[in-house]
Amino acid sequence: MRRATTAAAGLAVGLALLAAGLWLAGYDAGEAMSALWSGAFGSWDAFASATLLRAVPLILIGLGFALAYRGGALNIGAEGQFYAGAIAATWIGVHATTWPGWVALPVMAGAALAAGAAWIVVPVMLKLRFGVLEVISTLLLNFVAEALVSLMVQGPLQEPAGIYPQSAPIAESARLPLVPGTRLHLGVLVAVAAALGLWYLYRRTWWGLRLLALGEGPRAAQVSARVNVRRMLTIALLVSGGLAGLAGGFEVSGVSYALYQNLSPGYGFTAIAVALIARGHPVSIVFAGVLFGALDAGASAMQRDAGIPAVAVLIVQAVVILVLLLGEVAARRAMLRQAAEPAIEAAS
Amino acid sequence: MTELGVAIAGFASAAVRVATPLALAATGETVTERAGVVNLGLEGAMLAGALGGAIGTTLGGPWMGLGVGVLAGLVVAAVFSAVAIGAGANQIIAGTAITLACVGVTGTLYRWFYGTEGVGLSLTTLPPVAIPGLSRLPLLGSALFSQPVTTYLAYAALPVTWWLLFRTRVGLAIRATGEAPAAARASGLSVTGIRTAAVLFGGALGGLAGATLVLAQVGTFAEKMTAGRGFIAIAIVVLGRWHPIGAGLAALVFGAASALQFALQAAGLDVPYQLFLMLPYVVALVALAGAVGRVRAPAALGRDED
Repeated sequence: MRRATTAAAGLAVGLALLAAGLWLAGYDAGEAMSALWSGAFGSWDAFASATLLRAVPLILIGLGFALAYRGGALNIGAEGQFYAGAIAATWIGVHATTWPGWVALPVMAGAALAAGAAWIVVPVMLKLRFGVLEVISTLLLNFVAEALVSLMVQGPLQEPAGIYPQSAPIAESARLPLVPGTRLHLGVLVAVAAALGLWYLYRRTWWGLRLLALGEGPRAAQVSARVNVRRMLTIALLVSGGLAGLAGGFEVSGVSYALYQNLSPGYGFTAIAVALIARGHPVSIVFAGVLFGALDAGASAMQRDAGIPAVAVLIVQAVVILVLLLGEVAARRAMLRQAAEPAIEAAS
Repeated sequence: MTELGVAIAGFASAAVRVATPLALAATGETVTERAGVVNLGLEGAMLAGALGGAIGTTLGGPWMGLGVGVLAGLVVAAVFSAVAIGAGANQIIAGTAITLACVGVTGTLYRWFYGTEGVGLSLTTLPPVAIPGLSRLPLLGSALFSQPVTTYLAYAALPVTWWLLFRTRVGLAIRATGEAPAAARASGLSVTGIRTAAVLFGGALGGLAGATLVLAQVGTFAEKMTAGRGFIAIAIVVLGRWHPIGAGLAALVFGAASALQFALQAAGLDVPYQLFLMLPYVVALVALAGAVGRVRAPAALGRDED
């Protein structure tokens, strides 16, 4: 609860800073803020078709990042895994013309999941075999994945006319059902289910506890909790990559219906922020994902209606993270002070 | 010169040009990490340096651009050190947030300063300066010694940083802070002060690297134009084994892989160009696998001082 208050304070500070900056730069700050609000929460349609739609990949990727982080690994290659999943889903989607939906959709989701996991296999192997930091290796593979998408949409997956750098539209049967009256696809249910599933895993299972032990200290976990460090880390990272891949698959089968370059507006990085401000708690990730989805949705409206660059809203996101971070530090110091007081009194 | 000679010279020249900003940024980050701090805000500092370079150049020419770029990098580093060192917050998260903020701030400032989008900004770039004598050396002479002034700054920064880190008391203090902060503090050093200074040094070089990108390579600014080069510089620090000369060599490997892409494309091979785009990153991955193992990061890297 305290944390939600701090997040709200951070949001207020960030929005105030943004408004002040825009005002100083000569923009109509009032118009910008109202566009931001109406783009994110102005109507049921804005909330479902813009905010929640953007929250889905943020939640899925954020859950995956948090899972690996809990085990002590930093997967910052979600952007690449997202693209791997998107490529796999597109590949199946364009060839699934004769398949019924109940076959095409699960196969696509499975392929996206597998492709995302496959994209992190090399970093996992490099980490276990050579001790290469996964922070660096996963990051480097993001750029490889972007080049691979470019290769796909100008090569094997290019639309039949061969003019535009994009894939052909995927088959009707390979498109996720939408919530009636909106553009929100049913991937949102999967995202929430994944959050609940992980919550159960962390809170109620032996595996979840051992994962936490691993993150706190691999040696101690190995000795006292008999954790097979290599296996557990591998599983955590593969699932982490898989969830990002699934997010990419959903983006194709629920939103774009085709593969493009720049399909992701930086979801892989924003989702890290989502996971971090939620401190890895699965249910908090859902709320944080919706919050950042709202900022993202509002930013597009701001650009469209008030002519303000959408990237400006990143300032708000950054301030939210920084305020939460500083709040955490302050809380920790206060706790240490409290713990130290009796000792100081006793000593004096 | 033979045709092959021309091709090699062109390739080497491109390699050095691409390597320059990476070497500058990685040299700074080497010092930062030797003091025990990982600054993922380096990408942000480079981006700020790039915009600073563009704005400075518009206001007062390319030299002013370099100055403003350095200044912008310093400002970003100062914010990072206030949060990560002053307040002792998690460095990875703080760095990620700072980079995020920089993307937002530079994108907005750029639009504000240069007006609406679509204006193809074209800036005066730094011309190559041929060093008399050396640039006439056969084969690699012009590649190494007929470059913009920022390349020479990088040549100078590498040995100076090596000397600073490994031959001076200041360097000893920096390394002590990165290996054993508690011991460093016990011997009377200010861990906070040293770390802040190391982050600022890294930020200044990161800003310079960003300005270099604009003033010696591209000649324009675009939103998110650093495209992960700050993160690559951090990979280069690891590849270079936390050693400035190693960082310089690693940057050159990366530059060569990128230049190979231009050379092979120019040679008209019937291979998708995207494969060449991937090449530098794949080379970096392979090099990492070979380079790590025998080296060790500074013991207190990324941890709070206690």
